[in-house]
Amino acid sequence: MTDVHLGMPELPAPDYPADVRERLEADAREVIARYPDSRSALLPLLHLVQAEEGHVTRTGIRFCAEMLGLTTAEVSAVFTFYTMYRRKPSGDYQVGVCTNTLCAVMGGDAILEALQQHLGIGNGETTEDGKITLEHIECNAACDYAPVVMVNWEFFDNQTPQSAQQLVDDLRAGRTVEPTRGAPLCTFKETARILAGFPDTRPGAVEATGGAGPASLVGLRLAKGEQPPPGTDRAAPEAGPTVVPPREEGQ
Amino acid sequence: MTVDSPEKVLAPVLSAFWDQPNSWTLETYRRHEGYEGLRKAFAMRPDDLIALVKDSGLRGRGGAGFPTGMKWQFIPQGDDKPHYLVVNADESEPGTCKDIPLMFANPHALIEGIVIACYAIRSHHAFIYVRGEVVPVLRRIHHAVAEAYQAGYLGKNIQGTGFDLELTVHAGAGAYICGEETALLDSLEGRRGQPRLRPPFPAVAGLYACPTVVNNVESIASVPSILVRGKEWFRSMGSEKSPGFTLYSLSGHVANPGQYEAPLGVTLRQLLGISGGMRPGHRLKFWTPGGSSTPLLTDEHLDVPLDYEGVGAAGSMLGTKALQCFDETTCVVRAVTRWTEFYAHESCGKCTPCREGTYWLVQLLRDIEAGKGKHEDLDKLNDIADNINGKSFCALGDGAASPIFSSLKYFREEYEEHVTGRGCPFDPARSTAWADDNNHFTASQGVLAK
Repeated sequence: MTDVHLGMPELPAPDYPADVRERLEADAREVIARYPDSRSALLPLLHLVQAEEGHVTRTGIRFCAEMLGLTTAEVSAVFTFYTMYRRKPSGDYQVGVCTNTLCAVMGGDAILEALQQHLGIGNGETTEDGKITLEHIECNAACDYAPVVMVNWEFFDNQTPQSAQQLVDDLRAGRTVEPTRGAPLCTFKETARILAGFPDTRPGAVEATGGAGPASLVGLRLAKGEQPPPGTDRAAPEAGPTVVPPREEGQ
Repeated sequence: MTVDSPEKVLAPVLSAFWDQPNSWTLETYRRHEGYEGLRKAFAMRPDDLIALVKDSGLRGRGGAGFPTGMKWQFIPQGDDKPHYLVVNADESEPGTCKDIPLMFANPHALIEGIVIACYAIRSHHAFIYVRGEVVPVLRRIHHAVAEAYQAGYLGKNIQGTGFDLELTVHAGAGAYICGEETALLDSLEGRRGQPRLRPPFPAVAGLYACPTVVNNVESIASVPSILVRGKEWFRSMGSEKSPGFTLYSLSGHVANPGQYEAPLGVTLRQLLGISGGMRPGHRLKFWTPGGSSTPLLTDEHLDVPLDYEGVGAAGSMLGTKALQCFDETTCVVRAVTRWTEFYAHESCGKCTPCREGTYWLVQLLRDIEAGKGKHEDLDKLNDIADNINGKSFCALGDGAASPIFSSLKYFREEYEEHVTGRGCPFDPARSTAWADDNNHFTASQGVLAK
């Protein structure tokens, strides 16, 4: 018989297995203790259940509701508001291409199109091997590194269609991939746990890729009388600035 | 044309040691006057501290430019309610990219500022609400907060003063609207991030209905330097009404995008002058002074002083000082369509003008961009934007109207071209970062190119 959804109430979601539940409850209590009011822990707890299953399931919603004394409807209302929570199973690596205006114009649109063709998937879809979920994202506060690609919310700056294709090939082949700013990639689930407020304990993760990125240092270097660092010096301004005079001055 | 030297134009304070090894650590921060401001603050009475920050003239760096000290002063004292400081680290305004590198390279400046602010407003629990999509930054904040607890800058009886402060790091989950301070508070309370009606303002009824200060990252991180070097030093930069230094973020079709810290009032011409200008062979067409919600400016506005009053007088807003520069290869209709799609996507749905208005703007703009628009659509765009602007529940609606109004004002012919030419006359391939990689321009061509 065809499974027809009539909008009828579903049976309550199944609970986690006892050992998982016990572990998550301990984590949840630690999160809740950080706030004067327990409900403030809802966003981190949603990250936590996403870290367990890769997306927010009905079981996860039930868990959050029970821990915070809320109804599942209240939890669902919140979780569906925020774009970082996934509603369906997705890949180990979330590849997000910024297509807000500045990155789009600088090449983000071309990168997204190239990746869609290369991977044979559309926006929000996952490759068959379960490795990559591709999506376009909004401005990620790295406009001086445009065009930007994020993988599991680590920065891959100054991308091109070629570099982005190489990136997803490496990820699918299981090769180690390091961002331009951030730590060597962990899986989406592990990233979600950091977001829940549990610091990344991998050795070297905090130090990875050093201090500020090159574009962040351009002004400082100039102020110190140095040349801009290599890599950002796209225009070789050694022969003087190319500032454009206002219209009325004419040329 | 004479060009000021970079040393004269720029004034690195927050970014002064970002190039040092391990700049994000407590050890490096301490080598650069780190937590000296806090020591001085603890020697003062909280009310005097508030007065100092007020007298310095520091204004909010998150966009609105409200005086920071005044926000602190609004917190009622002796009211027996808990007070809270919430740092808005939800940097999401398109083009804005200053707080993220600041927290990545030097998170301790923020933490020191937080302790000072909490001591001033008599708060014992602070929160950093950082957007979730920046895990490398979250890592550094987690690390810095742990270091600060370890060193006795957070926790019980800080530095033996008897002052207690807990600091909670809270990651958001993807919602531009949570940068609006009351939506941020709702989100931090575990709800959908929707703005609240004001009054009551957060200073009276903020987090958990208690007196709350919500400050931007850069505002708070600027406070320790004022303590260390004094308000006169701070006022020696910028103007009477817009004193001090700030981070300008140059991005787009410029030779050297990046962070440029300078006294308020610097001009885009000066910043381009020291940084190599636009990319060779191209000229500036339009730019935003402070993110996509601030009305567009053009190459007529290169000499506008980039402070609160100067940009306001030019018909825009200083906003977040996100200087997104687009050259003549860029289609303004495409740019505005994309921003409008962003506002429609991020509209929280609470109020009708913004929810419905941004939806209809997108439909019209997509038609125009695809060559299916009509001439009367241009007036309709203006009309819809007018029905959003000032009539929405929060500033997101006003922000959505800004690119529409300003682009129609300066580039109406370009919209008309899309209508009469039944399509976009621009080649997007020419706008990409790699478009000119095979061409070799000389600097002189760069100056002369139209």
